[in-house]
Order: sequence, then structure tokens, then C-alpha cells
Amino acid sequence: MNLFKDAGHLFRFAGLFVLAFIVFLVVRGYVVPKSFGQYGHYRGNAITEIAARPVKFAGHETCETCHTDVLDTKSKGKHAHVNCEACHGPLAKHAEDPASVVPVKPDTAVLCARCHTASAAKPKSFPQVDPANHSNGVPCETCHHPHNPAIADAGAAK
Amino acid sequence: MNLSRRHFLVLMPAAAIAWKSVLAGTPEQASNYKISEHWWGMLIDIPKCIGCGNCVRACQAENDVPDGYFRTWVERYHVEDENMTNPQVISPDGGKEGFPIATEDAGKYFFVPKMCNHCSDSPCTQVCPVGATFVTPDGVVLVDPKYCLGCAYCVQACPYGCRYIHPDKKVADKCSLCYHRITKGLTTACCENCPTGARQLVDLKNPKDPIHEFLKTHSVQVLKPQMATGAKAYYNGLDGSVR
Repeated sequence: MNLFKDAGHLFRFAGLFVLAFIVFLVVRGYVVPKSFGQYGHYRGNAITEIAARPVKFAGHETCETCHTDVLDTKSKGKHAHVNCEACHGPLAKHAEDPASVVPVKPDTAVLCARCHTASAAKPKSFPQVDPANHSNGVPCETCHHPHNPAIADAGAAK
Repeated sequence: MNLSRRHFLVLMPAAAIAWKSVLAGTPEQASNYKISEHWWGMLIDIPKCIGCGNCVRACQAENDVPDGYFRTWVERYHVEDENMTNPQVISPDGGKEGFPIATEDAGKYFFVPKMCNHCSDSPCTQVCPVGATFVTPDGVVLVDPKYCLGCAYCVQACPYGCRYIHPDKKVADKCSLCYHRITKGLTTACCENCPTGARQLVDLKNPKDPIHEFLKTHSVQVLKPQMATGAKAYYNGLDGSVR
């Protein structure tokens, strides 16, 4: 009967463990975000936070709602599938506030050469020129309209 | 107005609660995007790539990628006729400003745009010790910048070299497949700005997506298939020398 004489020590020790475990659970409840584990071992809300980041490129559908005239010109030419912002840059701010955010007209000398400078690495079917010999410094838009680059006078010139 | 101390104490918390609700504003309308109805990937058509660097510039503008770091980049391969296994690869500044002009000589040249493959069995998410990177239910590998410790274990684990530690935020960063765009019905910044359609966002859960027909009728590969990462960046016309 003296076996449990000193058991009180053990109960106190066990009690401490239980208390520590309860404290752990309470702290964990506060620290771990509610959405953790919603889809897996990560914070579910991270997905909605990332999805809420601002968009910089408005997308060509947005441009085309207002600039229907350009769409008409462009859809007839070889640049039909080149989207607006590929040349004009990110313009979501312009789409939100067209009056105060006015896009800068791109420089064709840089822009056209970026794609159309001849290189053996480019696909053979892609129209390429040596800019220096091709125009002798005359700006591209003198002959080619960027929205429909074929030269009208020369028939269906490439 | 004679405001007693008692009334003041009663009114203050009420005013604070009211002001807080004003600051919080109305909660944003939930979009009709259903996460379980999509499974995103990317189609990269090598024969269409002209190496203009539009995708690299667009990605940096859209996602505020710091200079010298890349979520997507373009490599130029030069494979000589008798040296198939040893291609010469260049990617000056990620191909952002294009490439030096290649002259006709022995062998072939081609461009390979690279990016996160959004693997369904991604090695990078498996090694994260804190659950800061994960594959979403719609198949996009994302990083939770609030949870990331910046230990860079994932940077080492990615077999495609698609991750980096953001120099200012000190957390892992990578291609998010423009998750903020695709959930709004837009395409990614790189696809939007590719002039030749060499990159196309694909939704493998959408039965009407032309990708299904394309995969049936073309020789399509993924990078490093031997690593069994479940990569979802599909390359059409990929040369065997590409690593």
C-alpha cells in the first residue's frame, strides 16, 4: 500500500504535460492560419492573394472594345495575330483611365528590327531583312504601315 | 454639446468599429472562376519562335521581375552537324533584347523559350519544409511569399532552374503562370505578347481546347521526361539536343 505513496509527484508531472499540451493547442489555433490545409499542406488564402495581384497588360480584347478602327486595319494584314501590347507595351492603366494615361508611340526603328532583323537562327518562312541595307536609314513606317505592313502599291509585297 | 465621460466611453468603441468597417470597404465580388474546372499548362512551338524576347520583357513588366532574374527566358541553340550531343547555348540577358545575328554556317540554330514547367509531381514543392510552395488544384505551382523562409531548398530542387531567391523580398520567386491573369479569363503576359503564337496557354481540363487535337497530331515532348516530374510545358518540334 506504500506503492502509491509518492505517486503524487507523477500526477503533478503528468498534469504539467497536459497543461503544456493544452497551451500548445491554443497557441497553434491562433498561429496557424484558418485556410491552412484547405486544399493541401499550404495556406489556401495564398491562392486568392496571388490571384488578386494587379494586371499590367490589359489584353487585346480590352483594346479592341474602343480601337475598332485599328482592329479593322490590323485584321486584314499580316500582323493580325500580333496583339496590341506586344508592340505598344503594358497599357492596363490606359484602359482604366484613357484620358490621363496616354501611351507613347513606339519607335519603329527599334520595334520592327526586333522581330524582322535577318538571322540564320530564325525560321526560314519568317520575313526577315537586313535593316541597314533594306531601307538605307529611311524609317520603316515611311513604306510599311505597322498595323498592315504590306505595301499597297507593290501589290501583295511581303 | 455636453458629452459626459460615461457617454464618451460608450461611444468611442462604437465609433471605432464603424470606422473600421468603412476602411475595410465592401468585400470584392467573388469571380466565377472555378478552381476545380481547370488544369493549366503551356504549349511552346519551337518552329514558330523568332527569339525576339517579347515574352521575357512582358513577363518582367507584368510581374515586376528584378533585373538579371528571369521567370521565363529564351535560349539559342547552335547544334553542329557532327556534334549533336554538345550544343552551344547562349541566352544573353535571358534573350530580353534579342540575340546576336547568326550567320549561315555548319549546323542548325533554333530558339528554346524556357519557363516553369508547372509539374504535377514537382520536385520543388515536395522539398519545401514549411508548405510555402504548392501545386494548386488547377495545376499551377505557386509560392506563398508570406510563408516562404527563403531557404532556397526549392531553388536547388527544380531540375529546370526556374526558381530564384528574390533579391529584395528574400523569398523564393518563380513563374506563376500569370495566375492573376488566367483566373480573370486573360492569357499569360508571355502568350499575350508573343507575336508569332509560339507560346500558348492551354487548359487540359477544357475539352474544347485545341491542345487535345494538337497533342494527338504532333510530335510533342516535355523537358527531362526521365525525371518524371509530370511537366506541363509541352514543346512542339523540340530537338533532341535540348537539355
